[in-house]
Amino acid sequence: MLEALTATSLAPLQRDRTGAAARTVAEPSVATGGTAVSITGLTKRYGDKTVLSGIDLSFRAGEFVAIVGRSGCGKSTLLRLLLGLEKPEGGEIRIGGQPAPRAGGDVARFIFQEPRLLPWQRVLDNVALGASRTVPADRRRPLAQEALKEVGLADRGGEWPSVLSGGQRQRVALARALVSHPKLLALDEPLGALDALTRIEMQGFLERVWKHQGFTAVLVTHDVSEAVALADRIVLIDGGRVALDVAVPLARPRVRGSAEFGAIEGQVLDRLFAGR
Amino acid sequence: MPTRFSQTIIPYLLPVGLIAFWQVAVATGLVARNVLPAPSDVALAFFELAGNGELVHHIWVSLWRALAGFAIGGLIGFGLGLANGLSRTSETYTDTTLQMVRNVPHLALIPLVIVWFGIGEEAKLFLVALGVFFPVYINTLHGIRSVDRQLLEMADVYGFTRAEMFWRVVLPGALPSVLVGVRYSLGIMWLTLIVAETISASSGLGYLAMQAREFMQLQIVVLAILIYALLGKLADSIARFLERATLSWNPAYR
Ligand SMILES: Nc1ncnc2c1ncn2[C@@H]1O[C@H](COP(=O)(O)OP(=O)(O)O)[C@@H](O)[C@H]1O
Ligand SMILES: [Mg+2]
Repeated sequence: MLEALTATSLAPLQRDRTGAAARTVAEPSVATGGTAVSITGLTKRYGDKTVLSGIDLSFRAGEFVAIVGRSGCGKSTLLRLLLGLEKPEGGEIRIGGQPAPRAGGDVARFIFQEPRLLPWQRVLDNVALGASRTVPADRRRPLAQEALKEVGLADRGGEWPSVLSGGQRQRVALARALVSHPKLLALDEPLGALDALTRIEMQGFLERVWKHQGFTAVLVTHDVSEAVALADRIVLIDGGRVALDVAVPLARPRVRGSAEFGAIEGQVLDRLFAGR
Repeated sequence: MPTRFSQTIIPYLLPVGLIAFWQVAVATGLVARNVLPAPSDVALAFFELAGNGELVHHIWVSLWRALAGFAIGGLIGFGLGLANGLSRTSETYTDTTLQMVRNVPHLALIPLVIVWFGIGEEAKLFLVALGVFFPVYINTLHGIRSVDRQLLEMADVYGFTRAEMFWRVVLPGALPSVLVGVRYSLGIMWLTLIVAETISASSGLGYLAMQAREFMQLQIVVLAILIYALLGKLADSIARFLERATLSWNPAYR
């Protein structure tokens, strides 16, 4: 853990020393944009069970990709590999042209299905722990406050996480992920545990924040209409491979009732059920 | 709707009533004085012993034994609980042994302890420390084991160092369980001390009670019992205060 931390957080420093540009890592409100991701021949096995067998995918910088597929098809595994939380048995992941770093860097962040806030830390401190390790400790809270504002919870920083609603907690988790302005945000069914109304509200939030910050978003969801509403592209995984990869060329914000919306949703659902 | 005032008063009606009944029962001869002294006798004994400084001396001795034994046993239990919760190697080497020793009731060691230490201070400290050790050990170990894995994974994603992982995730996560162990072992602390002091001591509350029994001064025996109860209550209040102070994030403790 320690090695991973120093390796990933020292890298930008060294680059700055050679380059002329001042460090911008610590600056708030800078839309850092996204990063391109390329995945080639990715294979993952648990014991003798092959979960992913030769996945090839590439995401453009700033693209919003939704990943769908039946339960147990390896969606979470793909995200965990992307974040360096697991090691693949074969293949390669490159993020921004570099081999994927081990977990703990600032380039990529993960939003889990559960908010996973530290219950014994105030909301603001929970968000502040997402700040880049290159930011001095006394500057993390102002950055956290900024991020809380972005998710509409500017006045809740002093509360314990336990007093917030489920949707608010997930927004705090979003703020925590965004405070370091990651270039890649992986989301593993982040809205799955929320009620339908809160979910739609949160989808709006997510889209707004993504537009504002410009990170590359990889969203795993079991809700195909959520995928169509948010993503530039929908990737369907089946049998450890990419079974479908469709663009969603609809203008934003998207209207759920429209014919084009329904057509894409139908196409994905058909393929999802054809796999049975 | 009951007011705040009556809510504070009502719980005390029954004990006050019982004491009044007790006083009357002894005064009217319903209960013989050499079976149970009247509350007023106990109060008199209190003033007498408090006045000549004897009571303070015995309380002080008992309190010191309790706290020193608790500190020794608690710290060792906490330390081993941490070590075994955090390191598989440490657990493999020591946990089975500790679990085996746990099955020996520590008070069963009294005859041995008297042979080893006589009636010196070490005997009491040893017994209290031993009694306190296990609840703290078991609950610390359990607390660390049950720290939310999801939070640990989150901390990994956010690049926590090992030290941050311990101070910000593992320790606060284990704390509720550790404090349960502390509270439980405070009870054991008093119980052990009472037994140890009653059997073998030359000072302390238990000794005071045993001395008084020899001279049939039952009012002093009852006084010693009451003071034990008060000290037990005090220890419990301190534990509860600690819980409220450190676990205010937890809705269950607010
Ligand atoms: N740590 C693990 N050990 C063994 N098998 C695992 C592990 N993690 C996931 N799997 C298996 O890999 C498959 C894919 O899991 P996952 O990626 O969580 O699926 P999804 O997120 O698409 O529902 C499942 O069959 C699951 O049982
Ligand atoms: Mg999953």
